[in-house]
Amino acid sequence: MSELHTLIGKKWKKPPFIQRTWLRWTLLLGFVAYLVAAFMTIDVNWSRVYEGLERGKQFVLAFTNPDFTSRSGDIWEGMIESIIMTVASSVVGIAISIPIALGAARNVAPLPVYLICRAIIAVSRALQEIIVAILLVAIFGFGPLAGFLTLSFATIGFLSKLLAEDIESMDKVQAEAIKASGAKWTQWINYGVQPQVMPRLIGLSLYRVDINFRESAILGLVGAGGIGATLNTAFDRYEYDTAAAILLIIIVIVMTLEYLSGIIRARVQ
Amino acid sequence: MLRLDKLVKTYKTGDQALKAVELEVPEGQVLALIGPSGAGKSTLIRCINRLVEPTSGKVYLGDVELTDLSSGALRRERRRMGMIFQEYALVERLTVMENVLSGRLGYVGFWRSFLRRFPQTDVDEAFRLLDRVGLAHMADKRADELSGGQRQRVGICRALIQNPALLLVDEPTASLDPKTSRQIMRLICELCKERGLAAIINIHDVALAQMFVQRVIGLRFGAIEFDGPPEGLTSDVLTTIYGEEDWEATIETVDEDEDDVLEAAV
Amino acid sequence: MPVQDRKGQKIWQRRSGRESLMHWVMWLIGVAIFAYCWQQISESTTWFFVWDAPRIANDIWTRATPPRWEYITQLGKPIWDTLNIATLGTIIALILAVPVAFLAARNTTPSRFIVRPIALLIIVSTRSINSLIWALLLIAIIGPGVFAGVIAIAIRSIGFCAKLLYEAIEEIDESQVEAISATGASRWQIMAYGIVPQILPAFAGVAVFRWDINIRESTVLGLVGAGGIGLQLSSSLNVLAWPQVSLILLVILAAVVISEWVSAKVRGAII
Repeated sequence: MSELHTLIGKKWKKPPFIQRTWLRWTLLLGFVAYLVAAFMTIDVNWSRVYEGLERGKQFVLAFTNPDFTSRSGDIWEGMIESIIMTVASSVVGIAISIPIALGAARNVAPLPVYLICRAIIAVSRALQEIIVAILLVAIFGFGPLAGFLTLSFATIGFLSKLLAEDIESMDKVQAEAIKASGAKWTQWINYGVQPQVMPRLIGLSLYRVDINFRESAILGLVGAGGIGATLNTAFDRYEYDTAAAILLIIIVIVMTLEYLSGIIRARVQ
Repeated sequence: MLRLDKLVKTYKTGDQALKAVELEVPEGQVLALIGPSGAGKSTLIRCINRLVEPTSGKVYLGDVELTDLSSGALRRERRRMGMIFQEYALVERLTVMENVLSGRLGYVGFWRSFLRRFPQTDVDEAFRLLDRVGLAHMADKRADELSGGQRQRVGICRALIQNPALLLVDEPTASLDPKTSRQIMRLICELCKERGLAAIINIHDVALAQMFVQRVIGLRFGAIEFDGPPEGLTSDVLTTIYGEEDWEATIETVDEDEDDVLEAAV
Repeated sequence: MPVQDRKGQKIWQRRSGRESLMHWVMWLIGVAIFAYCWQQISESTTWFFVWDAPRIANDIWTRATPPRWEYITQLGKPIWDTLNIATLGTIIALILAVPVAFLAARNTTPSRFIVRPIALLIIVSTRSINSLIWALLLIAIIGPGVFAGVIAIAIRSIGFCAKLLYEAIEEIDESQVEAISATGASRWQIMAYGIVPQILPAFAGVAVFRWDINIRESTVLGLVGAGGIGLQLSSSLNVLAWPQVSLILLVILAAVVISEWVSAKVRGAII
């Protein structure tokens, strides 16, 4: 009971998240110092921002009254091009990602193949879509081909990585059972691996279609086709009602895609 | 002290979990609520402190009728009813001390509790309770580092620091091994005696209930089938509550063995 | 029926006749759509340039190597700006995302039929639109500069963070919340004791994850004039200064790798 007597009347404080006092204070002070420095170096032209509020209001109001008609031709063409790029690049990207994902899964592929496939994934993931698009436009010229190649390339990095992780974490016993029946490598993949990763593959592919569409909307900024060019023009000319119309279309399409992919995913699993 | 008057609970699905339950619990009485799963034991307990809203009927705690209270008044009354949960229901990422002190939330303001500045009397009481259940040295451990029995002890402290008049105990031993189960049941009953608390203990282990309580209520399909002392639980009674089964073995284990005295903690 | 009885022999097929027909039709439609898309792309492509591509690529490569290393002295400020855009944008986004997430989660929303749909709409609309588009818009409104970049990143991240957070809130252990409400705690106390401790790890994870993505995104915001290293990239591209472009790309690559490493480390430390 003597232990209790020492505790009674003692102040209690929650033990801090970081135990070492000096480290806690250094981190906190460092963070505050960084924030102050960061705020100091952002020179905001407040009068410009204040002027902008009026235009901001106009833009928000434009959403209540979007203009679909006066540039309907451009919007239609741009949207179709975006959708075409999305579809084509998703198909090609997914088709290429599957073998690369198999190659990048350590439990399926031999070491040299594994290293090559992992390198491809790393390169694809490190390069931003928009930067790839700039380079491809420089090489292949303006137009949707550059956009299509960009999105296919980006799809490979995204899908292969996540799919490879799924293959690596699959249930070994099922795969072994198929191997034990004397199946060839291809048969083993088809019967032992494919059924296990199929739902995930479908889910990820649908998600990637969604991302590809969203990305296709900006590739036009650098001349790689799609709705982005129309949108850019609309902003340049301060045609907020047209811009609002385009943004609304994008939002609706993304929502529809999410809704559809939700239904398909529920059916697959 | 606690009186239930024609308490009815009908779920949205149409299941009638409680059918006009009438029950009176005098001051300081520890009673066990037994019955098969789905009999409405949990619902009954939760209807008392309105974690589940009863469909109709009245609940009197002392002179206060609980079912008509506004949310603010209900919070004040909830302070008088400590609750102990099946899976401990500790906030796992908080420390033992914070979990115990969370029993005082109904008494302190938001900012005080948010900044963990509880009154010193509360902190002292928390240490006293933790010491009583043998966990004073664990105060700054995180709740998810504790074993099942230790967690339930913390849950008991959290309920007691509310300074309640009534304990609502929902399957306190369901996820514990047999020995720890006994220790926890004994601890709860001892503490109730020390503090003159009434308690409703919802339990499905009949033998364990018989060992510790003064009164047993048998619930079946939301209605009370048995109300009496533990000795009254004959094979016939158990059959009406639970259905046909060989009950002799269950009853025979009821011999007062005092071999395992409560071992403090660890 | 996949199993058919033909001349007393049971023949097993994966799909019944009707199903397999449907299957083939679906494939056919899919292939046709793809062929159409490809044809559209190829129509708007100048194939002469494409056949010339290897030569051009080679040309760019020879001009871009070696990178102009001394140019790095001019990149200090842009890199600092990029870091600020990502970090401040993430912080602002998190501050705004937390209330949105609580309003959107089924178990914490004050009203399912009015507030929740609004919160979900905020999440979907901010998520659907790329940060570059937000940047374009903000530049049109408040003028070019780092500030527009910070706000663009912040808006884009709200939906992302709020979505992950509200999913975490919906997955919490309700019994812990029940236990706290049983003590007589008020609404806000239940929030602070029952819910917040449970979602804190998810919150930290989301914050670091999004910061990592934002570093990537803020490197290119300059292309439309929203500050950061992208500005230098854009101006170098405009004057076809390929050795500078290659150096900037290397710097961006390094930034991406470092931020991924930092976020992996921090996430490892938290969880």
